[in-house]
Amino acid sequence: MADQTFPVEAGHIMLFARSVGDPNPIYADAAYAAGTETEGIIAPPTFVQASAQFNPDYFLRPKIGQPWFGSGREPTGLVRPAPTAGGESASGGARAGVGLHAEQHYEYHRAVRPGDVLTPTTAPGKTWERTGRSGLLQFSESVTEYRDPNGELVVTARSVGVMTSAPPAAAKDGEGAAQ
Amino acid sequence: MSLSKAAINVGDSHSAVVVDNLTRTQIVQYAGASGDYNPLHTDEIYATKVAGFPTVFAHGMLTMGLTARLVTDWVGDGRLLSLGSRFERQVWPGDTLTATATVDAIEDGDGGPVVQLSIQTVNQSGDRVLSGTASARIDP
Repeated sequence: MADQTFPVEAGHIMLFARSVGDPNPIYADAAYAAGTETEGIIAPPTFVQASAQFNPDYFLRPKIGQPWFGSGREPTGLVRPAPTAGGESASGGARAGVGLHAEQHYEYHRAVRPGDVLTPTTAPGKTWERTGRSGLLQFSESVTEYRDPNGELVVTARSVGVMTSAPPAAAKDGEGAAQ
Repeated sequence: MSLSKAAINVGDSHSAVVVDNLTRTQIVQYAGASGDYNPLHTDEIYATKVAGFPTVFAHGMLTMGLTARLVTDWVGDGRLLSLGSRFERQVWPGDTLTATATVDAIEDGDGGPVVQLSIQTVNQSGDRVLSGTASARIDP
């Protein structure tokens, strides 16, 4: 399934680089970047994660006019809180096992640059199970290919999520740590 | 400036503090830039009263982004071929993280030499919060 396209913008790259504490001018200074090997601004290595901004259904962003599971008048805006971590899955309740982000892997086929319009396509990958300190851990992989308008692969992202059988606070260290 | 094959040997490592005294504001900054507004990371009331954590904590992807700087500062801009991370522990406000990349192998690829790195990031207690790998094109 193809998600919404991901327009890569210079201002977004600058804000993202700041947020990961990286002052490298290759991410913000067009004149500097033009004189380097990359011949222009490029995006930091984990930037494609921010394609979530352009996914209309991304469940970890408050939607206008809809209840949100963060605090307001009450500690949560939902009677039954949504999953509390990971960005992997919208299924499952927070108190009885939760989807967490366990691993993230990227392969870079070329640099991501301002002006790129990438189309992410996500497919499910392998699934496996393991028993950890906090009970059964169910792992599932998803693979997202970011392609340019010519269909050329730019970045391949492999994400591993884990569903724990314990509440998130019980799995706070080591394997199954909420991320 | 990119790393060159002549300058490194298998077993060499490069290390740096990638964040000193992580602030809640930086976590908020990452939420805004990445689009991951999970209140576990930014909403103290939700994180403590609903989810049962001692406080908010960083996105795993923020730890990976902080760690990536160590790698790109070493190998050079636009040189990464791959980067992978496993999130091992939570990163809390106030944490200071040190990332280390170690040369596992130097290979000759079609497009020139490639360095294979292993990566780890530890907190101020020496506990590992992230482990991973990277590969990058380097100069001859």
